Amino acid sequence: MSTPTSIRPVVPAGPQPVAVEPAPRQPARWSVRRARRRADDQPPRGIVSDAERRTPSVRVALQLIHATLLALLLVIGLGPILWLVKASISTTQDTLRSPMALFPSGVDWANLATAWTRVHIDLHFANSMIIASGSWLVQLIVATTGGYALSILRPRYGPVLYWLVLSTLFVPAVVLLVPLYLTVLDPPLLGVSLINTFWAVWLPAGANAFNVLLTKRFFDNLPREIFDAARIDGAGPYRIFWSVLLPMSRPILGVVSVFAFIAAWKDFLWPLLVLPNPDVQPLSVRLPTLARSTELDVLLAALMISALIPMVLFLVFQRTFLRSAGLSGALKG
Amino acid sequence: MRTWVRRGGLSTLVFLLPLLVIFGVFSWLPIVRAAVMSVQQTNLVTAPKFVGLENFQSVLADPLFWTAVRNTGVFALIALVFGYPIPLVVAVLMGEVRRFRGLLSAIAYLPVVVPPVVAVLMWKFFYDARPDGVFNTILGWVGLGPYRWLQSATTAMPSLVLEATWAAAGGTVIIYLAALIGVPAELYDAADVDGASIWQKIWHVTLPQLRGVLLVTLILQIIGTSQVFLEPFLFTGGGPANSTLTVLLLIYNYAFGSSLGGDYGAATALSLMLAVFLAALSAVYFWLTRSWSTS
Repeated sequence: MSTPTSIRPVVPAGPQPVAVEPAPRQPARWSVRRARRRADDQPPRGIVSDAERRTPSVRVALQLIHATLLALLLVIGLGPILWLVKASISTTQDTLRSPMALFPSGVDWANLATAWTRVHIDLHFANSMIIASGSWLVQLIVATTGGYALSILRPRYGPVLYWLVLSTLFVPAVVLLVPLYLTVLDPPLLGVSLINTFWAVWLPAGANAFNVLLTKRFFDNLPREIFDAARIDGAGPYRIFWSVLLPMSRPILGVVSVFAFIAAWKDFLWPLLVLPNPDVQPLSVRLPTLARSTELDVLLAALMISALIPMVLFLVFQRTFLRSAGLSGALKG
Repeated sequence: MRTWVRRGGLSTLVFLLPLLVIFGVFSWLPIVRAAVMSVQQTNLVTAPKFVGLENFQSVLADPLFWTAVRNTGVFALIALVFGYPIPLVVAVLMGEVRRFRGLLSAIAYLPVVVPPVVAVLMWKFFYDARPDGVFNTILGWVGLGPYRWLQSATTAMPSLVLEATWAAAGGTVIIYLAALIGVPAELYDAADVDGASIWQKIWHVTLPQLRGVLLVTLILQIIGTSQVFLEPFLFTGGGPANSTLTVLLLIYNYAFGSSLGGDYGAATALSLMLAVFLAALSAVYFWLTRSWSTS
């Protein structure tokens, strides 16, 4: 018996093109995976030709440039972060008197514990997690269902709706600040203010046209025969969405997830406005207040903890991050 | 109606429901509301009153408006000087690295991942004006300083830009790297055959090939810097002597800065003016990336 799920092996083995922006100019006969690996690690060639690389003067100059580049990147890019790690386990005295010295009076591990418990970084950390996860879920639901309807189901009013969604890309977030705040203060039909609830951050996060654009373009590139075959096999629109479309969409869901989670973790102004109650504030909003009232060593420990999660996420999902960033990044406007 | 349901019209609508509700309530409605509010007097207590262009006039008459516009322009300009050429140079150099390229781009991108609030609070400590401050210590090693950084009206804005550049440059480097990989190898081969030097290849092949990306990052950067808020808000609060008051900070102050209740009309009026400027830029950006992906 042929169920819609048995269709899945038909899907090309390589990952679907994440491709939103310029299509990679690679010969088609390569598999996508191989082409990408080659593009990431070892380009066919760069500006300097192999012959030039063999001349001694060019070789020495290149090596010199590379060493300088590496040193500068380490000092400027990594330096401040390493300093923060050092300062988070130093005493306040050390950090104030000789900020560049390495532990003149020993390592002070207690900072981390103090920051976590006494300053309630644990609570705000949890709030940040809840806010980021909720925003991520709302964005994913809106983007996948909306993209599916607009790309695969294609109602007659689809193009108009898509145009309405895209047009919000041209409206910078600034314009929405005050009216959106008033909307959250008194949402239509609900009658309850969302201020000081996580919904006030979760729901507006879903209105992200860039996500819809990414998913719709990705779905547009999927082979339509798969959906036709599934339909002939008797799968309804819900079954096709859940068992055919979503399993094929892993690459784009990864990109959207990374964007969504990191954006929610970073956001400051909006949660500051709608979450005035300290008990529900995420780290980003709480830290500036703490900076005024907390001892320096504990504050720096708190900063380090707050930077940890996004950096770990980055190191784990490096490939997705850098590929998403290469897509010319999130449209901020 | 029946055939509409049978053809799947209803289930399509079910799938569109999240999009319609979320965009309707949290995007389309507020946009309309912004336009309406800019010509109204709103104070949440009495019913809104139509006041015509009064909000726009009061913003334009506010001396702080021109200060904010000038400061934002200065911020954008210094950010361009710092942040535009450096990532390009780094990316071009990085493009020639054969080993450890992944490691290099990861290090370059790492500051982008640090939450902005953490970065600003950390840099605020770096900018400590005492001779024992982090930057003053480092500069002291080579006999410079101590500088007053955020506490002086002349150095405050460049200090803000420096941090913002540190936080954002890695993203631009990655964009350029992606574009460099797209430069066809045949062009370099042809240039080699013609006997071009390395500099000539950069000047006549690489840069012209990057023209589109360079324009896009330029526009993205202007869009980003004209909405700068976090740095002035957390570093200086707009001071000293309003030398770092930016447009977005002024909007915030209009609407939420006063404990007496906000001037929502002036805030939306100023938002709309900024929006028209930014929307024009986004339109150019969108048109550019679009003509790219179809070509």
